[in-house]
Amino acid sequence: MLTFSASRVLQSLGVLLIASLMTFSLIFLLPADPARLVAGPSASVQTVGSIRRELGLDRPFAAQYALYLGHLLQGDLGRSYKQQTGVRELIASRVWATFQLMLGAIFLELLLGLPLGIWAALRRGRWPDRLVMGFAFLGASAPQFWLGLSLVYLLAYGLNLFPLGGYGGLSHLFLPALTLGLGGAGWYARVIRSSLLDVLSRDYVRTARAKGLSGSRVVVRHALRNAVSPIVSMIGLDIGVFMGGVVVVESVFGWPGLGRLVWDAIRVVDIPVIVGVVIFSALIITLANLLADLVQLLIDPRIRYS
Amino acid sequence: MAWRRFSRDKAALTGLMLCTLIVLAALLAPWLAPHDPNFQFPDGLSLDGAPQPPGRAFLLGTDLLGRDLLSRLLWGARASLLVGLIANGIAVVIGVLVGALGGLARGVVGTLIMRFTDVMMAFPVLLLAIALTAILRPSLWIVTLVIALLNWVAVARVVYAQVVSLREREFVEAAQAVGASGSRILRRHVLPHLLPTALVWGSLGIGTTVLLEATLSFLGVGVQPPTPSWGGIINESQSYLTTAPWLVLCPGAAILLTSLGFNLLGEGLRDALDPHGRG
Repeated sequence: MLTFSASRVLQSLGVLLIASLMTFSLIFLLPADPARLVAGPSASVQTVGSIRRELGLDRPFAAQYALYLGHLLQGDLGRSYKQQTGVRELIASRVWATFQLMLGAIFLELLLGLPLGIWAALRRGRWPDRLVMGFAFLGASAPQFWLGLSLVYLLAYGLNLFPLGGYGGLSHLFLPALTLGLGGAGWYARVIRSSLLDVLSRDYVRTARAKGLSGSRVVVRHALRNAVSPIVSMIGLDIGVFMGGVVVVESVFGWPGLGRLVWDAIRVVDIPVIVGVVIFSALIITLANLLADLVQLLIDPRIRYS
Repeated sequence: MAWRRFSRDKAALTGLMLCTLIVLAALLAPWLAPHDPNFQFPDGLSLDGAPQPPGRAFLLGTDLLGRDLLSRLLWGARASLLVGLIANGIAVVIGVLVGALGGLARGVVGTLIMRFTDVMMAFPVLLLAIALTAILRPSLWIVTLVIALLNWVAVARVVYAQVVSLREREFVEAAQAVGASGSRILRRHVLPHLLPTALVWGSLGIGTTVLLEATLSFLGVGVQPPTPSWGGIINESQSYLTTAPWLVLCPGAAILLTSLGFNLLGEGLRDALDPHGRG
């Protein structure tokens, strides 16, 4: 297990290194001229030239990347072109808001997805099953920005239950977290349903039933414990989906997190901030998946990685 | 056999019906649309300049500039489907080829290809798509290209797993034993087996691609006005949510139904073509 964990960590580091190179070269190859953008449209050619030198943009690509990577390894993500602040400080100031949003979304996904999935599995082929599967399909097909606007219209504007947007306590968090997590809740329900159906057909469940244990006891004690294992890796995968989703959700609700930060940066082509947030997201995604794998290894003794 | 299973699947048939309707709406938009989608009707705005609610003259109401919403939605289906079909088509072709090559080429090449997809999986796809389209100056073709280049990874991984199990089968071994070349094995013995997978992803992927295009257009980095697109209409009118909710609700419903149709169709195809792989 130790060798597996070690090789998994090494592999994650490799993924991150290549991810940083790819992000950097993608942005580098774009036709936009950052020096011109920083200087503004009315600046003279000389000013643009001196800004280009100052930002190191006149150096060859490999030198720029090596310099960036060197700083990156010391935790330095460079400085924003537009705001006179370090990118790391900008990310640090926003990460807590986004973290709250993701935590809320995962909580709602589990709160909705688990019971719905169990309900569907226990009533397989009947109307609860069809209802839950329909919900899952709708959740996967609804555009997030539209879901957010509709929830605002119905629950915040129509019924006055929640604030229209902005950052604050739990009442501010509920609608954006629901928007971010509703699609995932349907996905969780589907996976729990099929994994529970699979477990319920196993021999040890039949044995438990034959011993005369009640239906609910069999489900809770024997079947569920084995059916929730995929949920751990799904939460890991979710983080990756969320990293994109927050751009949309934070823009609809005016939530001051990483999504807003990168969206504002994209609109003014503030490249260090864009590259910084993408690399930071790749780091979080890789960490989340690594953690999910390791947790699964701990809770499920049947998994043996080679 | 597969068709019999498919035709008994109510959800799949609903999906097929939705897809047919949307495709017809897009193809027949010039004839179905009651008005010119870009014409700003003088009576399309009320006296104080607000959009008209749904009514007799304009079935789904008008937008902020007094244009007929129904006509714009019908024409908008074209942008959605065009991006959906082309972007996803390219993604499926790249995905099948990369997955098949990775699966057949043992050793370093295969490992390299699959490690590359690992790296791609670590990227937040939506975030990258937004950044790329915004910086590249958004247009219909840039959006299509960016979506295609980001979406092939999932297909490649599924195909890779399939090819790895295919290459152990007797008919591939037999072909190798009689001296068939690698490209011949790929064309004659492997690719035909990947057809169902390509079909399923060809449909499921359109569902995701339509959502992605709508999201980009909503953020203003997708299809550009005056070309009508569903996400774009919502972008223009989101601040009028409380006074003109139909401008947000109707295009959203169009996106939802399109994506739902292709998702249902794709799942139905998967069940019909591969009865063991039920999820």
